[in-house]
Amino acid sequence: MNLSDSKKKLALAGAVCGLVAACLAYFGNPANMAFCIACFIRDTAGALGMHSAETVQYARPEIIGLVLGAFIISAATREYRSTAGSSPAVRFVLGMILAIGSLVFLGCPLRMIIRMSAGDLNAWIALIGFILGVGTGVIALKKGFSLGRAHLTNRMSGAVLPVLMLGVLVLALATTLLKSSESGPGSMHAPVVLSLIGGLVFGIFAQKSRMCFAGSIRDVLLMKNFDLLTIIGSFFVVMLIYNIASGNFVLAFDTPGVIAHSEHLWNILGMYAVGFAAVLAGGCPLRQLILAGQGSSDSAVTVIGMFAGAALAHNLGLAASGTALNAETQEIVAGAVPVNGKAAVVICIIVCFVVAFGNKRNEGR
Amino acid sequence: MREVDARGLSCPEPVMLTEDALKSGKDPVRVLVTEPHQRMNVEKYARDHGRKATSTAIDDGFAVVIE
Repeated sequence: MNLSDSKKKLALAGAVCGLVAACLAYFGNPANMAFCIACFIRDTAGALGMHSAETVQYARPEIIGLVLGAFIISAATREYRSTAGSSPAVRFVLGMILAIGSLVFLGCPLRMIIRMSAGDLNAWIALIGFILGVGTGVIALKKGFSLGRAHLTNRMSGAVLPVLMLGVLVLALATTLLKSSESGPGSMHAPVVLSLIGGLVFGIFAQKSRMCFAGSIRDVLLMKNFDLLTIIGSFFVVMLIYNIASGNFVLAFDTPGVIAHSEHLWNILGMYAVGFAAVLAGGCPLRQLILAGQGSSDSAVTVIGMFAGAALAHNLGLAASGTALNAETQEIVAGAVPVNGKAAVVICIIVCFVVAFGNKRNEGR
Repeated sequence: MREVDARGLSCPEPVMLTEDALKSGKDPVRVLVTEPHQRMNVEKYARDHGRKATSTAIDDGFAVVIE
């Protein structure tokens, strides 16, 4: 099964993933979030006690399903390769940046598309930053940026993250050890079985189609190649239809309750950091989960970096708050990015530049 | 035959190295990659640019010969 050899198949993969996201939103995932890698990693980190923000703690079966789906399909189609050794510590830091930038914007690139399809104009503003970030990464690539070679390694190494994810699933289903929000976004979720199946299906189609939100724009800028953008286009269309049909489409900036804010500069800079870091890491947060599932220990380290970054974002007060309606006064309380979060984004961008122009292809052989 | 060793490199480096090699001459090029999707990307790039690509499995990945 190869979904990446024609634009029709790529569009089909995007549409299937869009349907999965729409179904999960319909069956209980938070409004306008549906399927967000950064948010769901943050929730899972909270469930594991890595941070103590009580409203965002839930072991999201979607994350587990994505990794396991990619693992199963890559093993079944002989694409599983246990590899490691391409600057893992740098990738850990890039993973942290992916999470922190996303949580300042309030969503990964996947959720940015979902928010755009629901009419959230803040997400359209953030897209500018994301494209600029990817563009900066492309300039670095053209100047010879590389994190060096990965090498084939013992088969067990590549299976560690999928097994850890399986462990989280067992803990979530069979014990009461994990934390689970009683209010807020963490308390809103589709039934576990549906979320897990959704994650598995999404993971399988994402692995076979090479779906990547940063890669799609990178390929357009770098090679005028629109293949990966086809997936994103069909995903957007399906979500747009769902949002219009379900009455969730609101074309506006300050919409309360959709977990978004209107600090435009920080929406742009947050997603700039994410786009930049994603190109340097070789893929967006979703792609990192898929690559980790198909055996890349380097991507597994990036994913663990995202867990650490997400935990830090809440432990140190970096994450933004969403615009909300005060139930008592009926006033709209604007969402905001805390000062700590702004400082963190600036640091993340500086680190991206250091990584981008301090690592050359011919350096580590 | 010129050889491009892109084994172990992250996307899109294998395709970028292939692009550099194809631009610098019309002679055949042998590109080595690790991952199946990189093999497909290199093959597609070659075909999109009017070249013929054939792949064989090697110990640690694939060799794509572009003529």
